[in-house]
Amino acid sequence: MNETLKYLLIVFGVLGVMMSIAAGLIWVERRLLGLWQDRYGPNRVGPMGVLQPLADVIKILAKEDWVPPFADKPVFMLAPAIIVITVLLSFAVVPFTPGIAVANLNIGLLYFLAMSSLGVYSVALGGWSSGNKYALIGALRASAQMISYEVFMGLSIMGVVMLSGSFNLHEIVEAQKRLWFIVPQFLGFVVFFIAGVAETHRLPFDLPEAESELVAGFHSEYSGMKFGLFFVGEYLGITLISMLITTLFFGGWLGPVLPPVVWFFIKTFFFIGFFILLRAALPRPRYDQLIRTGWKLMLPLALLNIVVTGGVILAAR
Amino acid sequence: MISILKALWTVFVHLFKRKVTVLYPEEKPYIPPRWRGRIILARDPDGGERCVACHLCAIACPVDCISLQATEDEYGRRYPEFFRINFSRCIFCGYCEEACPTYAIQLTTDFEMSEYNRRNLVYEKEDLLISGTGKYPGYNFYKVAGLSIKGKDKGEAENELPPVDVKGLMP
Amino acid sequence: MVTVYIDGKPYQVKAERNMLDVCLSLGMDLPYFCWHPAMHSVGACRQCAVKQFRDENDKKGKIVMACMTPAAEGTRISLKDPEAMEFRASVIEWLMLNHPHDCPVCDEGGECHLQDMTVMTGHAYRRTRFKKRTHKNQYLGPLVNHEMNRCIQCYRCVRFYNDYAGGRDLGVFGAHDNVYFGRHEDGVLESEFSGNLVEVCPTGVFTDRVLKKQYTRKWDLQTAPSICVHCSMGCNIIPGERYGTLRRIRNRYNGEVNGYFICDRGRYGFEFINSPERIGEPYLSSGDVPSGDILLLSGKEAGDAKILKGRKILKEGEVLPHLRAVIGGAKGIIGIGSPRASLEANYLLGRLVGPENFHPGFSAAESVLVRQMVSILSDGPVRTPSLKEMAHADAVLVLGEDIPNTAPILGLALRQAVRQKPMERVIREMKIPQWHDYAIRDAMQEERGPLFMATAAGGRLDGIAAGVFHAAPDDIARLGFRVARALSPNAPPIEGSFTEDALSFADRAAKALREAKRPLVVSGTGAGSLAVLQAAANVARALWEGNRNAALSLVAPECNSVGLALIGGPGINNMGIKDAVKAVAEGRADTVIILENDVFDRLDLPDVQALLRARQVVVLDHLPNHTISSLHAGCVVLPAAAFAQGSGTLVSSEGRAQRFYKVFNAPSGRTAESWRWLRDLLVDLGRPGSESLFSLDEVLSAMGREFPAVRGAVEAAPAADYRIEGMKVPRQPHRYSGRTAIRADIDVHEPKPHEDADTPLSFSMEGFEGQPPAPLTSRFWAPGWNSVQSVNKFQSEVGGPLRGVDPGRRLIEVTGMGRVSYFTDIPGPFTPRADEFLVVPLYHVFGSERLSAMSPGIGELVPPPHVVLNKTDAESIKALSDMKEARIDFGFASFRLQVRPDPLMPRGVAGLFPYGFPGLHGVVLPAWGKITAPENARREKEEK
Repeated sequence: MNETLKYLLIVFGVLGVMMSIAAGLIWVERRLLGLWQDRYGPNRVGPMGVLQPLADVIKILAKEDWVPPFADKPVFMLAPAIIVITVLLSFAVVPFTPGIAVANLNIGLLYFLAMSSLGVYSVALGGWSSGNKYALIGALRASAQMISYEVFMGLSIMGVVMLSGSFNLHEIVEAQKRLWFIVPQFLGFVVFFIAGVAETHRLPFDLPEAESELVAGFHSEYSGMKFGLFFVGEYLGITLISMLITTLFFGGWLGPVLPPVVWFFIKTFFFIGFFILLRAALPRPRYDQLIRTGWKLMLPLALLNIVVTGGVILAAR
Repeated sequence: MISILKALWTVFVHLFKRKVTVLYPEEKPYIPPRWRGRIILARDPDGGERCVACHLCAIACPVDCISLQATEDEYGRRYPEFFRINFSRCIFCGYCEEACPTYAIQLTTDFEMSEYNRRNLVYEKEDLLISGTGKYPGYNFYKVAGLSIKGKDKGEAENELPPVDVKGLMP
Repeated sequence: MVTVYIDGKPYQVKAERNMLDVCLSLGMDLPYFCWHPAMHSVGACRQCAVKQFRDENDKKGKIVMACMTPAAEGTRISLKDPEAMEFRASVIEWLMLNHPHDCPVCDEGGECHLQDMTVMTGHAYRRTRFKKRTHKNQYLGPLVNHEMNRCIQCYRCVRFYNDYAGGRDLGVFGAHDNVYFGRHEDGVLESEFSGNLVEVCPTGVFTDRVLKKQYTRKWDLQTAPSICVHCSMGCNIIPGERYGTLRRIRNRYNGEVNGYFICDRGRYGFEFINSPERIGEPYLSSGDVPSGDILLLSGKEAGDAKILKGRKILKEGEVLPHLRAVIGGAKGIIGIGSPRASLEANYLLGRLVGPENFHPGFSAAESVLVRQMVSILSDGPVRTPSLKEMAHADAVLVLGEDIPNTAPILGLALRQAVRQKPMERVIREMKIPQWHDYAIRDAMQEERGPLFMATAAGGRLDGIAAGVFHAAPDDIARLGFRVARALSPNAPPIEGSFTEDALSFADRAAKALREAKRPLVVSGTGAGSLAVLQAAANVARALWEGNRNAALSLVAPECNSVGLALIGGPGINNMGIKDAVKAVAEGRADTVIILENDVFDRLDLPDVQALLRARQVVVLDHLPNHTISSLHAGCVVLPAAAFAQGSGTLVSSEGRAQRFYKVFNAPSGRTAESWRWLRDLLVDLGRPGSESLFSLDEVLSAMGREFPAVRGAVEAAPAADYRIEGMKVPRQPHRYSGRTAIRADIDVHEPKPHEDADTPLSFSMEGFEGQPPAPLTSRFWAPGWNSVQSVNKFQSEVGGPLRGVDPGRRLIEVTGMGRVSYFTDIPGPFTPRADEFLVVPLYHVFGSERLSAMSPGIGELVPPPHVVLNKTDAESIKALSDMKEARIDFGFASFRLQVRPDPLMPRGVAGLFPYGFPGLHGVVLPAWGKITAPENARREKEEK
């Protein structure tokens, strides 16, 4: 097969699959939430309601594309695009199978952290440009929260890097052939997972939106497809974090009998489901609790993890 | 920490619980008789309009979706000249029924009144009037009111003495 | 001031009050029924029971009626005492024993004092098992409905109707719990104040029969403060609108003007505004009427659709270009103003045509009279009193004016004035407090203070007058001059002989006025005689020399006559509208703009013909009239807003400028206030300065700059940018219902409320919830007080001025000695002519004002037109007694009327009654006319 064609296929395949997953998650989330709340969730549009995202997209596209007169227009329009772009770019380094990955970067993990840092611009700019106090408060919260938790996120995976000796995600997966890193890096996993939830500002850490206090937080003024982009960005974020958890701690595509891609997606969807379960089950903490937990608990834990891991590696050598 | 995990587990287990959702319209739910659905105007047992156009429903309405005009027949019986409910605004709170002193306005068990055109949700008196007494059989406002109407002169209502003869000399 | 203790708290209050009055003035809630702030206490209903304590050690106390307890130093009462509260609840329960289960179908519901008081006392559950007493109702005429079952025997109706307003046909019948309030038989209530029973009755026994036809609850009415346009007194009113029609008028308390009551003409005369004949669109009149030809039509025909047939309706955007062409092509424009249009409209018309071409729409005679009247009031030394002051006068002389018919509310004030002198004696000698109404009336018996009436014919006040004199206008004037001379040697001497009656009348009147502390002279333009006005001025001046409290009140013909005279500018020096006719006849002008005026009422027929022969006539009015139906083809008619559909300023006889506010927008979207049409035209023509005439306030201030005499009109009410806590004052009450359903049959999308750039009022229920300043008070309502009795909560003290100050700004104040000295132009005695009669107008409260007479309710009460002649005169005309009909011939016009011989009518004088009847057009009274027996009906027709 032509090499270029193959890469094009992978690039657009990944793009298409990611967008489909993000869209599908709209239905999955509502359905799961429904089931966990003793309801059925959307079950009318198409078989089992699977065409619900389609209906939602039609609705959201048909809505008036409204920009408030008091908003900073160019920034207001740009902000939702940023989050989708940065998250989609992060998918470039995710190794789905040994053969399927958009880019096999040797600094893949750093690249992911960099992209995830850029994502904060979307929320901050979106909230600021809305010209709305609630949006601004939401944006400020998002900035502080994402920047804080990025620190522990980066630190939490250092153990993985130390164990595998590489920033290349492909090699990290390969390094788990004997033992998934979840076992030696359990602490790192916990910190990474919590930081991941905070990074995607999903419930229970959705303080930037916090509809009970801030109307809808940073996207209060957004409607129509621009709101839709924030929405899609969030689901893409969930998918990305789930895939990275799979890659970093649960051996990526590794698994018996079934083909690697299936294992990868089984593991990914498990964590996506867990994300949704968190939303269904946990209440939102106060903002000060969130930040305090970050700096007073997560940071020491992450540092402890690095020290212990480093010590063990040194001792083993 | 344990409590969080317990919460997660408890919620997760609900995946397998019985769902409370009633799958309307395949499955019809039980509608209690005092359900607050589509509003009707009832009639007296004698067939006359029960509504005496007192405007109390209109003032009780929190969304101001009832509007009417009072008028009278030649014998002084008051009734609404028009009576309009804008169901596209109605919130079915039932305050109108509560305010009605004559049991004329009643909320029924019918709630299937969706329309594609909002204008079709504006009901006039002809749309609201039913031919029976609704939930309250037997009540007739003019049988207890002091006002005289056709067929009921002064002193002929329930619990009324015959009209005073002012020119009488009896103490 | 004394200190009283209410529920243990000390309060400083006025001594001459009773405790109910005190409690209400302090803003407390104490239920009552028989007490009324204008009629004071009788202690009949037992509702205002409170506990009174001897001193601070008295714990037991006794139950007393607050309304019968004087506010003496150290009085201690308790409203909250459990026994007193239980007593009050019991009283209500007793009253409710027989009260029918009617509230849903009762017109008083929602503004019922009985409902309010029942809720206030907490009586909620009917315990009695016995049957209810019932009563038969009576037919009381087209204005007031009777539902006797609801009566709670508070006696307020008869106390108002008989004791206060001087009525004689409403009484109390029966005994014990069977008492019946009504007439001796079915029939129309005679008093012109019968409509006040609706507001006086604390429950629904007397309700508004006109409202009943299109009943609307108080909370559903869109209301705004307004001024009555049916006479010159300037009573404050609250018109209420629903679904695009005016539903009713309620009295708006103004301590200085109408107080608690208005007459039936003001209350029920509004219906013309809802007439289906209203002009709704600007149009060009049809060619059916040949140019310059005049049709004399009866009032009914004038509104006939056939006159409107063939007219060309001007579309949106066509009106101003057409008017621009009309004015551009004119060789000269004459503007004819109107004493029933607002100051603003008249001012802008003057500005459009130029001061030299602006003619106030007075007839020639009226012009002289009103001008003289304003000059007497503003340049003379004697103050013109408010109605409140007039009610406190202790001696009154009425010269020539038929007060109960031309200014009914002034008649009511005079009825109070005749009580002043004996009441003061009773208070002084018997030490009865003034609020103790029953005791005072008992002590006074039939004693009355001096009221002297000199009028052309008999009137309703004659019965309470100490002296009555009926004569021709000139003789009335001479009598006045005689009184003046008797009062002051500076007054001009009068020659010629007087009858014995006249001499005795003059001497008694002069004596009474001289002895009075607050003497009052009342006259007006109604007699149509300059000499009468001047005589009244002389009497007042002569009085003033000895008593600076002397007051002079002159009644103007229409609601804005005085205002128009103040802004008439140089034009006021002309002969009124007659000069306009001259200008057209001489070719100096070929275009006439007529503002809300029927020139047939102001000019003799030949003059009307000359005027309407102008090349172009533009008429602004709200109802078709003779002028409009006589327009030649191509003349422009513009729909003008009637009083409740527009905002503006009127000046009453007192010289009080008062603002009336738009209550609702005319259902026809193209109707606009006259001043707005004229403003648009000024802007369209690009007249200098017109761009700064956008709002009512700007028009008012421009007018004030040009005419200093009316500068104060700006202060009559707050400006349009006035806000309370940043909010406008809502026209709709906060309980206004049906907002989302009223127009739902037309469109389910609710329209945006109308903007109102001219006033601080909004066309919605949103805005300031509390009490706005008095000139902006759109309704009287307070929590727990839904009825009109809530006015107590709006006054600074019960019966006193509204919070802040009573609305209106007096434009005419005495400036010192005055430039007008005694008038010396004394007419000779009236001598009847052999072949002619002096035809004078005789007024009737219903009928003499055309707009109100067009209202169906009032229309029913308009008496059939006839001519009143002295009995001897009537007999002297041959065959008249057989025919019972006479022909009155003015040369250019003639009328056939029934004859009514009246012994009180002076010889040689004929009265047309009621002046203003439909068909009386094209002749200005008083005028000399021949009265003959009609030869036969056929010839009569040919002549016509």
